[in-house]
Amino acid sequence: MAALSLAVSASGTVLAAAVGVPLGALLGSREFRGRRLLRAFLQALYGLPPVLLGLLLYLTLSRTGPLGGLHWLFTVQGMVLAQFLLALPFVTGLTWSAVAGIDGAVKDTARTLGAERWTYLFTLVREARAGIFAAVMVGFGRAISEVGAVIMVGGNIQGETEVLTTAIVKETGRGDFALAVGLGLVLLALSVLVFAGLTLLQEEPR
Amino acid sequence: MKGGSSGMSRRLALLSVSAAAAVLTAGCFGGPAAPARLVLGTTTSVNDSGLLNFLLPDFEAKNHARVSVVAVGSGQALELGKRGDADVLIVHSPAAELAYLSNGSGASRFQIMYNYFAIVGPLSDPAGVGKATSAGDAFARIAANSSAFVSRGDGSGTHSKELQIWAAEGLNATAFPSAWYKSIGQGMAAALRTAFELGAYALTDEGTYWSRDEIGPAAPGGLHILLGGLGHPTPDLKNTYSVIQLNVSRVPSVNASLATAFALWVTSPETAARIGNYTVAGHTLFFPDPRRT
Repeated sequence: MAALSLAVSASGTVLAAAVGVPLGALLGSREFRGRRLLRAFLQALYGLPPVLLGLLLYLTLSRTGPLGGLHWLFTVQGMVLAQFLLALPFVTGLTWSAVAGIDGAVKDTARTLGAERWTYLFTLVREARAGIFAAVMVGFGRAISEVGAVIMVGGNIQGETEVLTTAIVKETGRGDFALAVGLGLVLLALSVLVFAGLTLLQEEPR
Repeated sequence: MKGGSSGMSRRLALLSVSAAAAVLTAGCFGGPAAPARLVLGTTTSVNDSGLLNFLLPDFEAKNHARVSVVAVGSGQALELGKRGDADVLIVHSPAAELAYLSNGSGASRFQIMYNYFAIVGPLSDPAGVGKATSAGDAFARIAANSSAFVSRGDGSGTHSKELQIWAAEGLNATAFPSAWYKSIGQGMAAALRTAFELGAYALTDEGTYWSRDEIGPAAPGGLHILLGGLGHPTPDLKNTYSVIQLNVSRVPSVNASLATAFALWVTSPETAARIGNYTVAGHTLFFPDPRRT
């Protein structure tokens, strides 16, 4: 169950990073019309209630819903999709901020080096890597701690789609507080370990 | 160390992407021997009693199937079937089930088993529920005395039953003052815990009640069964569980053949015998009474 929590949240975050980092870097690398509006929209999604996303995905993935043919309701794939969508605005928006915040002189240098579009973007990502790392970590934090979306989309099926957060809800509902608290401590330990590990990995040895 | 660091993060990214891809595809491309999946929509009280964990491995072995239990309120369980998100249902809201069949959502309904709801409350029993002759009589006493009562308030089968009992007495539960009628919108264990904390009455299934020692008769100030249950059954507390097969013409995507196998298995004499043998903390919880009509 702890392994599934980690697998689902990590997969969702990695997918969000795979899409959100290049997208955020692209958006942050240039000026364009409607930039502020798009930015405001993306940042509004920071407040997207997971339970609402869960409900919308539930109706979308339901066998009678528009994406019912995927058969992803009450599956791990559906849960990964939910967490991907939850983490994506954070990863994209915070990467955008990190890249946009790079010193203008650095940007000019990179550009004058005659860098091609993709090399230029890659240089920006490297320059902003600390901020981007933080963006991905915030995305993961959102995913691992979330319960509303995964309980709806996953169905909290024992041994199948039950993760730590949904198990805590279930055991509390059943009145087994001792087990619920125990699971909570496991979740906390997992989260702390992952964040500590990522932080150590990020810091360059000197 | 810049090169080393970014090389490291690239390797890490590659590793994580492959992990994510593996998780995503695992469910899509099961091997040929992968067991068929049957989604069973049911109510939390059935699942929380532990009965399904006890019974299902037998079905899974005999049919090379994997049963995924989605435990929700009765209302939501019926809705799961209507949308085709579950393949078969086990529920306990007879009135809602009959409406479900007549409106064409369900194709068949077989009775599996029954037990009796119980009215629990403090041993002091201020409203005199223990002297009541029926659940209706007991509820009338509680209302007349304005004794604290905790309602599930969550649209579950147990909540529907409670509302029926009030209605049969000509009482309108929605008009009760919150001073004594506490509607909490939560599951059975949470409702029992609340009743215990408040020294209030509650309507419960026996399975959940007996599995919670800390609020039961052994606990100081614990809740006692005052009416109903297998010990003091009354006809108006009878609780019947049925298996419902869905209308395949409405929801063609359901696994109908496995659902039929499940309905026949759960109403078979062998399964009935196992249901009768199932106990929690030494208490029998269900009387098997399979009827394939």
